[in-house]
Order: sequence, then C-alpha cells, then structure tokens
Amino acid sequence: MLQRTNYLSSRYGVPDGHRIEAYLRDGGYEQAKRALGMPRKTLVDEVKAANLRGRGGAGFPMGVKWGFMPPEPKPGKPHYLVVNADEGEPGTFKDRTLMELDPHSTIEGCIIGAYGIGAHAAYVYVRDELHLSKARLWGAIEEARARGFLGPKPFGIDYTVEVYVHSGAGAYICGEETALLNSLEGKRGEPRMKPPFPAQAGAFGMPTTVNNLESIATLPTILKLGGEAFSKLSALHGMRDGGCRLFGVSGHVKTPGVFECAVGLTLRELVYDLGGGVAGGKLLAVIPGGSSTPILRHDELVDAPDPKAPLHPWHGQSVLDVPMGVDTFRGLGTMLGTCCAIVLSERACPVMAMHNLMRFYRHESCGQCTPCREGSGWLERTLDRIVGGAGTLEDLDRLHEIANNIMGNTICAFGEGTAMPALGFLRKFRREFEDFVRTHGASSPRNLAL
Amino acid sequence: MTFALSPEREQELARIVARYPNKQAACIPVLHLCQEQHGWISDEVTRFVADTLGMPAAQVLGVVTFYSIFNQQPVGRHQVWVCRTLSCALRGAEGLLHQCEKHLGIHAGQTTPDGAITLRTAECLASCGTAPVMQVDRTYHENLTPERAREILDGLRSR
Ligand SMILES: Cc1cc2nc3c(=O)[nH]c(=O)nc-3n(C[C@H](O)[C@H](O)[C@H](O)COP(=O)(O)O)c2cc1C
Ligand code: FES
Repeated sequence: MLQRTNYLSSRYGVPDGHRIEAYLRDGGYEQAKRALGMPRKTLVDEVKAANLRGRGGAGFPMGVKWGFMPPEPKPGKPHYLVVNADEGEPGTFKDRTLMELDPHSTIEGCIIGAYGIGAHAAYVYVRDELHLSKARLWGAIEEARARGFLGPKPFGIDYTVEVYVHSGAGAYICGEETALLNSLEGKRGEPRMKPPFPAQAGAFGMPTTVNNLESIATLPTILKLGGEAFSKLSALHGMRDGGCRLFGVSGHVKTPGVFECAVGLTLRELVYDLGGGVAGGKLLAVIPGGSSTPILRHDELVDAPDPKAPLHPWHGQSVLDVPMGVDTFRGLGTMLGTCCAIVLSERACPVMAMHNLMRFYRHESCGQCTPCREGSGWLERTLDRIVGGAGTLEDLDRLHEIANNIMGNTICAFGEGTAMPALGFLRKFRREFEDFVRTHGASSPRNLAL
Repeated sequence: MTFALSPEREQELARIVARYPNKQAACIPVLHLCQEQHGWISDEVTRFVADTLGMPAAQVLGVVTFYSIFNQQPVGRHQVWVCRTLSCALRGAEGLLHQCEKHLGIHAGQTTPDGAITLRTAECLASCGTAPVMQVDRTYHENLTPERAREILDGLRSR
C-alpha cells in the first residue's frame, strides 16, 4: 500500500534544513529532553512497541536489541552506542540523505539511544567518502552543544551525552557490526567471532549497541508519535514490522531517488509510482534491498498454498505486489535488506549484472575466512570466463558449488551476502545463463547500461 | 627524514585522541590527518603514527594496508574515483570510465605524467540514485555525463 509519510524527510528540500533553527522550528530536541526525564524502562518499552526493524539490513527489532544490554552499567564498564553509517551496500543511498539534509535527527536520536542503553558516548561511524555527511554531523553536534543539548548536562539534566563522528577508510566490510567495532578501535576491519555479542563485549570490550543510522534517526519520531502509533503507520503492524522508513530505487527507473513511506509499500509501487516506471523497456528483475538480497524476477508468483503460511494472503499473486517487510520478503526467499531496490530492465544482461556484483564481493572480502576469500575469487574468475565467451555448462554447476561452499562457513554474514545473491541469479536466470554459455555470449546484449 | 604534523594539525590530533578511551582508537583518524598533509602514508608517517599513539609500527602498517583510502605510494594532486558498481553500471559508468581514461591518456590506477590526477575506480559510493557518480577529492559529482566529466577533469589540471 502506497502511503507517503513525512516524518524522517520533512526537512529535505527546506533551505538550510540541516541547521538547528530549522530543526527547532519543527519541535526538534523536545523528545530527547523528554526521554532523559523518563525511567529507562519506559523508554525501552516505547521503542519495543514501535516494532522498528533495524534499518541496516538484518531487520532485527531495535527494542529487543536494546534489551540485551545490562540494565545499568557496572563500575568501570561504560556502555557505548555505535551508529552505523558505513552505507556501503551496493544500491543503498538512504543514510547519506539523512546525514546531509537532516543531521539533527541523528544527533537527537543519539541522545535518546544513548540514554536508552545506558551509554554516555555515541560514535557515529561514517564511511570516509561521505565528507559532506561528516561535516554536516559535526556541524550539528556543535550547534547542539552550543545550545546545551550535549555535554555534561544536556537540557540541564544530569546525564552526560557526547556524540562523536568517526571516519572509516574505504572498506565495505566495516559495515558489518563487529568489523566496524574493530575499525573504531583503530584495527583492521576484520569481523569478530560471536559470541561474545556486542551487548556483552563490544566497543573497547564494553557493552555496546550497534544501530543503523536511520534506525537512530527515527527515534525522535517514535517518541513524538508514541511507540504503538508509530508502529501502526505500517500496513505490517500485525507482523511486528512497524512505522515508516526510507525506500530507495535506482538503476533502470525513470525517477530514481529516496522516498519516505509507511512500511507495506510494494515493489510495484516503488518501481512504477515512485520510481516513475522502468527506463529502457520492460521490467526484467528487481534486487529488492541492496546487492546482498537475492534478485526477484518480474514474472515470479508467490507460492504459499498453506493457509498458515505468512505469505498465504498473496498466494498466486505477483511478487511485485507483496508488501515490503522483513518477514514477507524472507518468505519470498529473499530479504528486505536496506530497502533500496536496484531495477534491471530487459536491456540489462543478468550474466553481466552477476559478474559486476561478484567482482564487488571479491574486491571487498576481508580475506579472513578461506571459503569467502577463495570462493569470491573463484566466483569472479569463473564469471570472467563465462563473460569472455569461454564458459561451459560445467562452469554453471561450479558456480553453484562454490556459492554453496561459502554459505554457513564464514565468521560473518558477508559470506551469505555473497552466496545468496549468486545462487539467486543462477536459479532465476538458469536459461539465460545456459544460452549465454552455449552461444558464447551472442545470446545476450552483453550490456548493463541503456 | 622524520615526519611531523603542522602546528594546526598537531592541535587537531590532540582533539582526536581525546575522543576515545584509548590512543589506538585514534589510529584511522590520525592516518587521515597525516595523509591530508603528506598525500600518502610513507614509512616515516607510519612510524610517526606508531610513536604518537604508542602502537607497534607493524600494527599501524596492518591498518594502512587493510583500508583502500590509504595510499601506499605517492599519488597525483587530485584524486578521481569513478564508481563502477551495479547501479552506476546500469546508468553508464563503464562508458564514463572509458571517457575519463581516454581523456587523461591513462588507465584506472595510474597518475597523469604531470602529476595532476590519479584516476581510480570505486565501489558503490552511496550515490546510486544519482548515478553515474565520480568523486573528485572530497566532492561528489552526480548524474554525470561524459561531457561534464571532461570539463571537470580539465578544470583539475590547472588547479
Ligand atoms: C557485510 C556486511 C555489511 C554491512 N553493512 C552495513 C552498513 O553499511 N550499514 C548498516 O547500518 N549495517 C550494515 N550491516 C549490518 C550490521 O552488521 C548491523 O546489523 C546493523 O548495523 C545493525 O543496525 P540495525 O539493527 O539498526 O539495523 C552490514 C552487515 C554485513 C554482514
Ligand atoms: S553503485 Fe555507484 S554509487 Fe552506488
């Protein structure tokens, strides 16, 4: 259901919308002040009721994650809030808009979040390339500090909150939360074994919550509306997937961009109503939520004959008409991910698209786990051969086998993030791959661009 | 030759270190600070960072080699990155990159002979909705056409 909302993006396009004056005009920082006056449990319950599913890709309920933190910091064991703005998942470009166009919602969210988990310091980890985002966040921190909203006594309340921006240095893997923590600590960004989970031993070995930047920037809205009312904005409130969020669409659409809507939007609405329709012919497929989420074909139908299946209400309908939710899309065999879709028209060759993405994963594998380091290289090299016209049908089986050997055999989810989309391409476009191999590429436009 | 930061950057260094519970956490921001001044991370810079933050030099080197932003050799006065990941590729990134290579007379990964421009490819720059995109030093150029890219590159030569 297409329901545009205007909570997270209301200052997008407003002149000087990133300045504190614009934010205060809209009631900014009132919720942070309120939060600091609440019992912590009340705040956490409000966030639980909001049913905010993490906006970083995994869709974990935010309030539940907060609940993993020790109720109060033990002496000598400070808590930390870490905000993930590494935004490197191909196809994803939403957090950047929040940082550039409305950084104060993130800073206010950091105050609320820090209090909610018992932390006094929040680190916002921003990928290095986003220089304007970092400057806007620092600017917002300074403005907030000058007004007495940050520091030892925010709003005159005895609860220190400091917010810092920390720059990455060009590594996609640092978006993975434990790699990010290593990077924050000044180390190589290699993911850590879990357990211990960040809530037990995270940043600097202390209890830590890592949340995506959009998750954090949504906190003021949750408090303004109330957790339950926020959740009910969503058509999937009943599935505990609440609120509104930023949807992105890029690739072969006429009007790519970021759009704020209630949860429950469908891919068809995202592509045709918001994205302006397919550019360059008919729709071929959609990668629903960043490159790690398996691709959906335009002609796929929902297969959920069991009346108890969560997707049963959409049985027999096009996958494009299923509301975009964490659990609905898992039911489709893909993932909602970052909710930023990449659209491929018929003019794009699926073999070339897979090749492009597998090159990305090989480039970004941190090299720690053998199945991922070697497997991503084999995937790329096998695809090099296929794209070069020298592939064989056995190569297609080999691709399956390599991807299957990565699945479940790595420390972090990068492995699945590589293997799942690989298998998705191979299964959904089996015929196209076979034709490509048989004709040495002559069957394909061998193109990605229009 | 030993490396030293300018007085303003020394002050910035102190501000950076104060943000973290230990000195090592400042490693990446301090490397950025040094690279801003020196252009790349030489052995002297690595030693400087190690001494300043009380880390083994090998550990600093481990960090430098992990992250793609840190240059392990001298580079041009201007850094140009062309994104080539899927959303950009769907909107003409490959053609854009070829244009840049042809116009500059170098391949991605190389520096123009006059030392003005280092051209590289980038992976998704979080600008997919305004693809194709090229990062020039600290600035993004979005919705690029090959013509506009040529103008931008020409403008860099004289700066
Ligand atoms: C390879 C990889 C890359 C990731 N990149 C990001 C990212 O850029 N931004 C982000 O918020 N989460 C990213 N994540 C997810 C984080 O690990 C983590 O789940 C998230 O930051 C938690 O925040 P949330 O619960 O608010 O979504 C990535 C995960 C993996 C495995
Ligand atoms: S693919 Fe180029 S910016 Fe995302």
